[in-house]
Amino acid sequence: MNVAIAHYGAGNVRSVELAFQRLGATVTDDLEGADLAVLPGVGSARSAMDGLGPAADMLRERHAAGRPILGICLGLQLALDDSEEDGGVEGLGIVPGHAVRLQAERVPRIGWATVDPGGEAYWFAHSYEAQTEATVATSEGHAAIVEHGSFVGVQFHPEKSGAAGARFLQRCLSRV
Amino acid sequence: MPLPRLIPCLDVAGGRVVKGVRFRELRDVGDPVELGAAYSDGGADELVFLDISATVTSSAAAAGIAARVAEHVTIPFTFGGGIRTVADATALLEAGADKISVNSAALSRPALIEELARALGSQAVVVAIDTEGGRVRSHSATRDAVRDTVAWAKECEQRGAGELLVTSIDRDGTQDGYDLEQLVALRDAVSLPVIASGGAGNAQHVAAALEVSQAALLASILHEDPARLVTLRDELRELGVQLRDAA
Repeated sequence: MNVAIAHYGAGNVRSVELAFQRLGATVTDDLEGADLAVLPGVGSARSAMDGLGPAADMLRERHAAGRPILGICLGLQLALDDSEEDGGVEGLGIVPGHAVRLQAERVPRIGWATVDPGGEAYWFAHSYEAQTEATVATSEGHAAIVEHGSFVGVQFHPEKSGAAGARFLQRCLSRV
Repeated sequence: MPLPRLIPCLDVAGGRVVKGVRFRELRDVGDPVELGAAYSDGGADELVFLDISATVTSSAAAAGIAARVAEHVTIPFTFGGGIRTVADATALLEAGADKISVNSAALSRPALIEELARALGSQAVVVAIDTEGGRVRSHSATRDAVRDTVAWAKECEQRGAGELLVTSIDRDGTQDGYDLEQLVALRDAVSLPVIASGGAGNAQHVAAALEVSQAALLASILHEDPARLVTLRDELRELGVQLRDAA
């Protein structure tokens, strides 16, 4: 199983790489050819979109061809039409919807929280959230898992969610 | 709200985990990776590594420790100590750390908080505040920072901090209980998550801190023994604290 991680200056690339390697996957740089492409994400929407460069079109083409993509945290938000962050940023437009400022008691929303359906707790760390019809699981009312065609996006960080996160990534691998 | 968090704190000096009361009398208690992994297995929600070396550790050495931790630990961890620039912080995140923590560097140059938040996102920026009698202490709590703790906490929030790690210096290492009065004042003053630190002696202390803060930093209460974390979690559950099922 080959997994390619989009490199665009996101801080959590190394952790995502290690998580997939622990599951026996081979991490490559081949975004086009890999069995699974991962759009990681930590940081701000504008610098991320700027950093993606040619990978943006490659990801759009991959999605159009029905080939699997996993977006993590900001990687999920980038896949939407746009984000309110940094005064408004155009997204990849892979998933219809918007990233909006998080409305929660404490922002950033940081910590382990349960995702339903499923009932497992995963690690969240975010100040924006996805608003999309493609939401298939929520956490305290916030979009947690989004699915649209061959794109799966998660607001949490499976690569930092211990045993539950490893199980989630294993399921992603078994689907491709 | 996300679940309350238990965060073992590992003080690091010269690449080893050390322990000292009130930042003094340091002794070696183990390897950061081994101890970190054992706490993770024991049900820690995250880990904090604070480099308290008297001499400044190079940012490359700190990133080296973070990289080794990231290989073996699959829960989030924060790295603090000696971070003065965005480049220092970026190196730690690229090595696999999830957050960085700044303290004296932010006090001497508060704009550093904005720079870090812009480059890394607020969620990765923890400002550590050492407080005594409602006043901020700096430089490993050896100096008066001439600032009010609540006012500084608000300024940190305005500048883009993502979390506050608040250590009560007069309680640190004493096991007399957290400074709840200070924690309540901070809870009411900011809308950031607050990590309570300093003074935990028993499960009741931790439960009380988690009532008013989002997380509790655990240091001397654990006696550098990951098995103590397991029993503490059981005791907290018996007190009605809802903790993550780490299985």
